[in-house]
Amino acid sequence: MTAPPIRTWLAGLRPRLVAAFAVIMILGATAAAGASYVSARRAILEGIQDQTMLKLRDQVTAYLPTISVPPSRGTLDAFATALKPSNVLVVYHDLHSSAGLSLDEVPAGLRHAVAGTTNIQFQRVDLGGVPTFFVGLPVQTASGRPSGLEVYAMVFLTDQRDAIDELARNAWVYSALALPIAVAVALLAARQVLRPVRALNTAASQLGRGRLDVRLRAKGSDELAQLVTTFNHTAAELERTVGTLRTMEADARRFVADVSHELRTPLAAMNAVTDVLDEDAEQLPPDTAVAARLVSAETRRLTRLVQDLIEISRFDAGRAELRREELDVAAAIGDSLAARGWEPGAELVADLPPGITARLDRRRLDIVVANLVGNALRHGAPPVEVVLREEFGAVVLTVTDHGPGIPADVLPRVFDRFTKADTARARSEGSGLGLSIARENARLHGGDIVAADTGGGARFELRLPREGA
Amino acid sequence: MTCAFPNNGAVAEVLVVEDDAAVREGLQLALRRQGHVVRTAESGELGIEALVQHRPDLVVLDLMLPGMDGFETCRRMRASGPVPIIMLTARSDDFDVVAGLEAGADDYVAKPVEPRVLDARIRAVLRRAVGERPGEPAAAEERHGDLVIDRAALEVTKRGEPVSLTPTELKLLLELSRTPGQVYSRQQILSAVWDHDYLGDSRLVDACVQRLRAKIEDVPAKPEHVQTVRGFGYRFGRS
Repeated sequence: MTAPPIRTWLAGLRPRLVAAFAVIMILGATAAAGASYVSARRAILEGIQDQTMLKLRDQVTAYLPTISVPPSRGTLDAFATALKPSNVLVVYHDLHSSAGLSLDEVPAGLRHAVAGTTNIQFQRVDLGGVPTFFVGLPVQTASGRPSGLEVYAMVFLTDQRDAIDELARNAWVYSALALPIAVAVALLAARQVLRPVRALNTAASQLGRGRLDVRLRAKGSDELAQLVTTFNHTAAELERTVGTLRTMEADARRFVADVSHELRTPLAAMNAVTDVLDEDAEQLPPDTAVAARLVSAETRRLTRLVQDLIEISRFDAGRAELRREELDVAAAIGDSLAARGWEPGAELVADLPPGITARLDRRRLDIVVANLVGNALRHGAPPVEVVLREEFGAVVLTVTDHGPGIPADVLPRVFDRFTKADTARARSEGSGLGLSIARENARLHGGDIVAADTGGGARFELRLPREGA
Repeated sequence: MTCAFPNNGAVAEVLVVEDDAAVREGLQLALRRQGHVVRTAESGELGIEALVQHRPDLVVLDLMLPGMDGFETCRRMRASGPVPIIMLTARSDDFDVVAGLEAGADDYVAKPVEPRVLDARIRAVLRRAVGERPGEPAAAEERHGDLVIDRAALEVTKRGEPVSLTPTELKLLLELSRTPGQVYSRQQILSAVWDHDYLGDSRLVDACVQRLRAKIEDVPAKPEHVQTVRGFGYRFGRS
């Protein structure tokens, strides 16, 4: 099971690198923009506030000598009108000016603060979304004593707010502009890091598939280059070891093949005269007759073994060739059974439906059938069931017996060479190579044989592709 | 051509060419027990000498010979006449078989040899020399284009010229031409011509068809008489 590509991609190094870069970039940009925003905002606000307060005080100081205390309402109105900006309120205890700013609009907090001090006070308020600046000035007489007069002024900070807003907007825009640059830089960096990683990955999987000569070029001297060097050393060592093992194995197999071929000539001579020994045994003294028959029988056994060894060494050397021809599979199997005198009956139950055709090697199919059925008849118990069927472009032959079955510990090794299920019958009729050869033949066809224990016997299932027959 | 091979099916004069003394002696003993008269030769050169000198009915030829190898020996023996040749191959399914058949062998037996198998093959080869099955009425001369087949005299002529065929080639031609236009599978041909069981090697048929074409066709690559039916087998003449 492989994860969906998008999940795999997301789990990779690249998105993580990109995300990390983006976060760092955004944090940096935001911090810088935020800091400059805050200081710029303060400068703007303080500028307008100081300017307003100074102007107001100067105007009040200039106008104050014309006022008599206690003032009349008209005096207060005139005072308020004379002051710039226009939104001004002048209060004298319970009396206040009626033009311009009304008493209710002045924040209570500011009035409190003004009442308890001789210094100029201010407060910033948000009036329905409009930032507003209030100044409160307790007026003192020329001699420095409180006159009881309080002057309040209100200034809308709309322009300043707009300027600050634009500042903020610009900060966001610059941060946003930085993001794609951050991503691009991150992708570039990721590429730099990931290219050797990907090359390593490809090389490692090639190595895994048996391409032991794969090597990478180490560039630079960073950690990745060291990793590449290590990989190359490992691959070289692996290639050397595997090469040695392969040579040893090939030598061993060639030795078996050579020995088999060398054995064949003397066996050919002995085999040629076994019939003579058998035929004349009756006329020999009893002991000699037994000896003659023994030599004859064992010569045949040895011949079979050597033939099987030669056959399997041909598979080992990759020299086994397949000669497919169009076959009626049931007929071919029937011929194989008949040729060995295995007639259907109580011992052998054959279900071979005609009409199943396939392109198979007749000789190799015969070897497989002879081995599977012969094995079942020798080691299993009757009835041996031979069933042919067609299944999804393949022909399937099952050979089932009702014998002791295959012990669980033998089952995985049942196709190994010289594996014998029953150690008590170590010297069985077969060479011990029959099932190995049968499976090699099935695999040469692109098929296989599977062994199973049914609980009441052994079952071998041969499956061969029909090859467009 | 005339086939001068004996027809008692039992006794034949067999020449065994085999370099290994023990195998040679063993085969000689076994074949002699089967009733054959056996001569032996230990090299290809001596085998050809013996063939010329004694004119055996059949040659059993080992392919692995020192000096002149089995293939070359086979070619020279084939060139000298239509004597049937059974080769002994070390292997049953590789290059040796094809090369041996191309060199002109009629049949092959894989080593180590089962004497009964070899004897059966020898008898089958010898039977081919007899031609028609007993009991069948010998037809008159048949004409197939420029080819005339005389089943009674076992003679084949092409545009009046006699064609020299080995017994196996002749038997193959006789079987195929029995019903012109009919398609025979290789297995059918194997059992009819070679008397092989169900496991016969279809390469025998292919090799023999090639040799037959070389002798009776004008252009062997574009056969008029023995035609290949892809995926099935062979057919004599047009369908």
